[in-house]
Amino acid sequence: MPPLTRYFIKASLIYLVSALLVGGAALARAPLGLPSWVGLLQPVYYHLLMVGWVTQMIFGVAYWMFPKFSKTEPRRSVPLGWAIFITLNIGLLLRVVGEPLVTLNPASGLGWMLAVSAVLQWIAGFGFIVNTWARVKER
Amino acid sequence: MPRLAVWIVRTALIYLGCGFTVGGYMLLNKGLRLDPNFLTWVYMHEELLLIGWMLQFVIGVAFWILPRFMTAPKYGAIELAWAGYIVLNMGVLTTIVGTWIEGPGSAAALIGRGLEIVAAATFAIYMWPRVRPFLVG
Repeated sequence: MPPLTRYFIKASLIYLVSALLVGGAALARAPLGLPSWVGLLQPVYYHLLMVGWVTQMIFGVAYWMFPKFSKTEPRRSVPLGWAIFITLNIGLLLRVVGEPLVTLNPASGLGWMLAVSAVLQWIAGFGFIVNTWARVKER
Repeated sequence: MPRLAVWIVRTALIYLGCGFTVGGYMLLNKGLRLDPNFLTWVYMHEELLLIGWMLQFVIGVAFWILPRFMTAPKYGAIELAWAGYIVLNMGVLTTIVGTWIEGPGSAAALIGRGLEIVAAATFAIYMWPRVRPFLVG
């Protein structure tokens, strides 16, 4: 298993646990009397689960197991693979922090965090498409 | 990778690009408030990524890696799988158009969902015999 795949999969496992903790907290807010802002974490929960866990697991396993691009570049571009990992995770973490803050206080001036998050995750998604497309091929 | 798996996975990658673009647009506007109606894109975003990308990608990889048959046709009733692929994508596109024009309860969206259910059942029927030990049959 290549090092980048290990990073993808271990990060996705951390997001899985984090997502379930956040989702559980949002669910338990009323019965446990948790602060009202915990209820704003629902979109964060969805994206921790779907982007952090599922998508990142797919990215890591596909990078590892899809047909080789060539003998010299079996996984196509390794630097692009790392760029995908870094942009996806920085983008997602910016969202996790920024989204509740912006929702709580839209005039906080922190909207840039969501804009940067959007651009970084978009770059990660298209980076994955570029790096994977030519590896999806008939034998 | 067999031809149908290439088609399914590449189609899933196209939906990934579209879904991330729509999601990025929504998140950008959540932060910068350039388009006050950005939430109208949410159904399209969900459909593109949940069904178009994730579900389709999983089906494509399953078609590729599930055990093949020892005798021809090695991939089984492949026409059934092609039919599932076509109906699934008709369903995704119909649902997207329906929710965009009239919302999630529209007739088109319900037809789209119906097509997706037919596709899911088709794939289940197709894949069932391939879920078995390697090197048997």
